[in-house]
Amino acid sequence: MKDFSKEMIDHILETAEKLESIAVMKERSDMLTGKVLAVLFFEPSTRTRMSFETAMIRLGGEVLSMGSVDASSISKGETLADTIRVVQSYADAIILRHPKEGAARMASEFSSVPVINAGDGAGHHPTQTLLDLYTIKRESKLEGLKIALAGDLKYGRTVHSLCYALSHYGADITLVSPDELRMPYEIIKDLEARGMKVRETDSIDEAITEVDVLYVTRIQKERFPDPAEYLRVASSLQITPELLENAKSHLKIMHPLPRVNEIDPLVDNTPHACYFKQAFYGVPIRMALLALVMGAME
Amino acid sequence: MNSEQTNFELEPGLRVRPIENGTVIDHIKAGQALNVLHILKLPGQFESVVSIIINSPSKYGKKDVVKIENRELKVKELDKISLIAPSATINIIRDFKVLKKNRVEIPEYVEGVVQCINPNCISNSSEPITSKFRVYEEDNIINLRCIYCERIISEDIADHLL
Repeated sequence: MKDFSKEMIDHILETAEKLESIAVMKERSDMLTGKVLAVLFFEPSTRTRMSFETAMIRLGGEVLSMGSVDASSISKGETLADTIRVVQSYADAIILRHPKEGAARMASEFSSVPVINAGDGAGHHPTQTLLDLYTIKRESKLEGLKIALAGDLKYGRTVHSLCYALSHYGADITLVSPDELRMPYEIIKDLEARGMKVRETDSIDEAITEVDVLYVTRIQKERFPDPAEYLRVASSLQITPELLENAKSHLKIMHPLPRVNEIDPLVDNTPHACYFKQAFYGVPIRMALLALVMGAME
Repeated sequence: MNSEQTNFELEPGLRVRPIENGTVIDHIKAGQALNVLHILKLPGQFESVVSIIINSPSKYGKKDVVKIENRELKVKELDKISLIAPSATINIIRDFKVLKKNRVEIPEYVEGVVQCINPNCISNSSEPITSKFRVYEEDNIINLRCIYCERIISEDIADHLL
């Protein structure tokens, strides 16, 4: 995401906006009729894989799925490079999720058709960042945004990429995390060097009163050797209807999903809940990317 | 240039004779001579004499020197040395005289020289690729950014030579 210019991001977001009526089936499209999208997922996924497939189908194209790794040539020891060399002759674009960092970049070296990175291990997940930005644009505002990021800010690649992307728009960022899961210092330094205001706190109550968007991430149990410590930390950051009483009326709560217990299900019915809409916005964003990389739109 | 090999041949304490033809790599950071040979994949199949001087006294403390007889190494090939010896100088010798003298330059990219420190990087798997890094200098420190996983190596590059 760091390599994306503001102009490129804006162009993708504007394209998604143009395609949203197709995503909600108010319009039909044959923009990608006759085109084939190969979907190669070497790791489990629900939202990313299905929203890419939906995006392709809504634009009139066909989807070719590798299926499970166990049922493919990978289980016979085939390299990713060979898989890509074969699949690129079947499809007009490839969506790749792989556990190894840099897999998509390597795949693009072996492919004559565009490769879209749908997540590479702990590396990047750029389409998630784009859909996060799109959600903020549609449900709140990108310019002059005040956002709080809460949860695992140390390992969460989603929040790191989102912060870098938001640096194009000059957001005011509050980081809410337990000491053990604070955002790496190098990233904070990097963001400040890009002109962003960043402050850290461990109190969600304090942060929630001032922001337009609250972005919550999952805290993973395995990060804590002591289960009691995990429970203490997880409950201190839980979003409840009571906590929201002090929030701005227009506050939107986002979460990349799946959630476990970071957000009380009672929050789902409040006007603040935005995470399911966010999951939907993955469709227009991925439609925009497919239309752009396959040359159906400029 | 055509000067004598005085600056690195006749200093007191150097015990290796001047070479007639070949390449002399001078001003290598002390202790890095063997890594320089490793980067250059020498001696490998190379049959001529390669001399190494380690911890030689010099104006600026200690240094290493490598002399490769009967082979003029290409500047591009030698630039890789800048990763571990950025102050090294390259002297091309013909008929006992210094024909050309250059400092090493930091290349924009290096390929197949260093292993990525990220065990989960695709370049550390069985894929048919070699490691590739973008090289850049920041605060006088050489940094290597893996073009695949983007992990940065900025310290102890010599420990990660392939």
